[in-house]
Amino acid sequence: MALLEVSNLQTHFHTRNGVVRAVDGISFAVEKGETLGIVGESGSGKSVTCYSMLGLVPKPPARVSGQAHFDGTDLLHCPPSVLRGIRGKRISIIFQDPMTSLNPYLRIEDQLMEPLRIHEKMDKASARRRAVEALDQVGVPDARNRVRSYPHEFSGGMRQRVMIAMALITGPELLIADEPTTALDVTVQAQIMELIRDLQRQLGMAVILITHDLGVVAGFCERVMVMYAGRIAESAPVDEIFHQPCHPYNLALQQSIPALHHKGEELFTIPGVPPDPGRPIPGCPFAPRCSHVIDACRTTRPGLEPITPRHHSACLRVQQGDLALKPSAHA
Amino acid sequence: MFRFILRRLLESIPVLWAVATLTFIMLKLAPGGPFDAERQVTPEVLAQLEAQYGLDKPLLVQYGRQLWNLMRGDLGVSYKFPNRTVNEVIADTFPVSLELGIYAISIALVVGVIMGLIASLRPNSWSDYVPSAMAMTGICLPTFVLGPLLILLFVIKLGWFPLSGWTSLPSAKVLPAITLGLYFAAYVSRLTRGGMREILTQDYIRTARAKGASEVRVVLKHALRGGILPVVSFLGPAVAGLIAGSFVIETIFTIPGLGRFFVTSALNRDYTMVLGLVVFFASLIVFFNLVVDILQIWLNPKLKFE
Amino acid sequence: MDSAPANPSNPPAPDTEWLRAEKGESPWRDAWHRLRKNHLAVAGGIVILLMALACFAGPWFLTYSYQEQNLELRESPPSAEHWMGTDKLGRDLLARVLSGGRVSLQVGLVATLVALTIGVLYGTVSGFLGGKTDALMMRIVDILYALPFVVFVILLMVFFGRNLVLLFLAIGAVEWLTMARIVRGQVLSLRKQEFIEACLALGLPLRRILLKHMVPNVLGPVIVYTTLTIPQVMLLEAFLSFLGLGVQPPHSSWGSLIKDGAEMMEEAPWLLIYPGTLFAVTLFSLNFLGDGLRDALDPRTSKD
Repeated sequence: MALLEVSNLQTHFHTRNGVVRAVDGISFAVEKGETLGIVGESGSGKSVTCYSMLGLVPKPPARVSGQAHFDGTDLLHCPPSVLRGIRGKRISIIFQDPMTSLNPYLRIEDQLMEPLRIHEKMDKASARRRAVEALDQVGVPDARNRVRSYPHEFSGGMRQRVMIAMALITGPELLIADEPTTALDVTVQAQIMELIRDLQRQLGMAVILITHDLGVVAGFCERVMVMYAGRIAESAPVDEIFHQPCHPYNLALQQSIPALHHKGEELFTIPGVPPDPGRPIPGCPFAPRCSHVIDACRTTRPGLEPITPRHHSACLRVQQGDLALKPSAHA
Repeated sequence: MFRFILRRLLESIPVLWAVATLTFIMLKLAPGGPFDAERQVTPEVLAQLEAQYGLDKPLLVQYGRQLWNLMRGDLGVSYKFPNRTVNEVIADTFPVSLELGIYAISIALVVGVIMGLIASLRPNSWSDYVPSAMAMTGICLPTFVLGPLLILLFVIKLGWFPLSGWTSLPSAKVLPAITLGLYFAAYVSRLTRGGMREILTQDYIRTARAKGASEVRVVLKHALRGGILPVVSFLGPAVAGLIAGSFVIETIFTIPGLGRFFVTSALNRDYTMVLGLVVFFASLIVFFNLVVDILQIWLNPKLKFE
Repeated sequence: MDSAPANPSNPPAPDTEWLRAEKGESPWRDAWHRLRKNHLAVAGGIVILLMALACFAGPWFLTYSYQEQNLELRESPPSAEHWMGTDKLGRDLLARVLSGGRVSLQVGLVATLVALTIGVLYGTVSGFLGGKTDALMMRIVDILYALPFVVFVILLMVFFGRNLVLLFLAIGAVEWLTMARIVRGQVLSLRKQEFIEACLALGLPLRRILLKHMVPNVLGPVIVYTTLTIPQVMLLEAFLSFLGLGVQPPHSSWGSLIKDGAEMMEEAPWLLIYPGTLFAVTLFSLNFLGDGLRDALDPRTSKD
């Protein structure tokens, strides 16, 4: 049985201007120890998916439906206390901006100790010791003293390490990393990703990596899920995503990577803009921007169908065998 | 930290000097003199009185002597009550006002923070509207309206509390403390709600929830520390407000405190008393502002003693 | 059947539906809409207008003036003749309350204007000059904030007579500090904003930058705090009147009416209740309106 099984997750925000379908029917699974990458532009719903699963989306404007089974428990339909017991202990999440995600008024030590105090009811002395160990493990020098500092006394990269330490201190089975390197310098990005990979190996945990950066995905994930407009466009093992694209959006994303073009060549952009999530979309959400579109695409909503057992696509034409995409010549 | 305190104390000297000088100038410029009200003062007696109080000397000399006395802590002698020095008056009446002030600020902080906290948790719901409406009422109902109304209700109609004075009876102290306290509670409540709302939308609150913290823990341990800061900054001007408030409250409830004494002294044109009291008030405020600043630096790790 | 990938340098014409842009809304229109939705603020605004109308135009429609005494009818409760009853000299309370309201509102407006003028000038200069001058000017404000201004105002009123103009000036001099801080904060942050740098980079003349870009952005908070200062000023005036230092008889302001009412509380409670209620209602309205303006004009503080 998979560690995490999500079926038909939908998150709708009821705003004054209408219903915003941030997540519009997502189903996927994560196995124990697996690394899944969720890729998409801003607004594709990739972060909201994971927040919804953990109950971190404010419920009055948002309505979450569907199922998210984690080791037997449906996270979306269990008592709040059970969900709180899982959050931070068995499923941890690290956020994008370490500057704003740490409490400026509390010492690092207190924030590191907190998951232990909450979930394992550990006493202060032992928790303190574990906090120093954790800080050391993530590569913060002079951990014993620095653990008493405040967040604003750390650099961005260090703060992200603190967040990682805080998330992993209880040895969770699943780590959700929401764009962990986006707010950091390029040189630090690689270090952080290496750190996450090392710790993953040590703890044997599964990782969901949310990012818009295909390059990070290539080096880190086993499977990749491409999201667009709140839906999954394509999901496959990582090499197949790149070498055997089965969705025009995926292909277009890869073609947009500037590094893949020769110097002096015109850069490629996907024409148009993502759809307004406040308006219901009759057919395929990518239809207005797709260069392979046919009439049926605009009217029929494609489901996520398997092309091969491990490779799913939500493109009507690919499903019908009507379209074979060649990977980008430069891939 | 000591250097900080020292620096602030040094800074406050010019402030106090400015206050004393300004007051002195006002006193001297004001038409009429301290003895105008006494009908029986003949020109000869007037001259004698003036000589006695040194009012016949040139202005600069008077100014110099006044400053010198102030620096020595001698706040002067009253014109109206020649046997009493200003220091004595302060010693008699200040403790009363201080007690009233302490009760009032305690009520203000406890009631205000709790109400503001409740209001901030579920915005735009009943738990928000009710405390916020009450706070708004408190702001719009000045103490000199609320006081008499409370007296009308609780003293005259219901007879629960004695009317006037500040006897050793605890019940006499309830109404004045509540009247003054609730007014400031309204401000504290709004500030708390605002501060908490600002904090509760921050990312690190989401992190706390993601760690599995209960709502109670999130609010009290993570949010309150930052949310309470606007209230702490408010404490400085609050002290000045309490002093002003004491004028009214002590008048309404006939409490023998320093505030009421100040008002009557001003109306009686008891100049030395006025000058001494003004300097005293200014010193109080400077002192409390220093305490508040230290408190702020202590509570907010992003601030340092510079 | 299409097996060739789309040529990246010749993309197909995109669907143009999305190009039909939404009708843009200027921040002012947006703010106005948000204000309209805030029922409390709207109610406050209406009440204020009605109150002002009643106080300024009302007395012409009344049968009694505020000074007409009728000693036979003194301290009589509300009746058909005198809707709010009479005071201890037999004067019609309704007339006195309306004329008192006029005085209170006038003081509110004028003194606020004084505070506004001083505050805006001081704040703009300080914010624009920046650096050490700004630091010094703000330090002065900090110190002044701490002073017992009220004490000075009391002294002023006691010693220099109960002059209405002096009253305006004195009260205005107390309230300008907050306005100065707000304005300076806005100017400071605006100066650093990228769009100002963009203006400078485009070579726009300084005057144009100031008028077209800075003033509209500073205007918002200024409007908000002006609306919120008026009730503060009115409170201060009432406070002074209560101490006997404000408006002098036979004129009255709500503050002096409340004071008189408080004295006669036992025998004639209506003398306290009517002016007190109207005063509170006016303050309510102004505060609601001010809060509403603040929420409407600051896009970040949208009600969650």
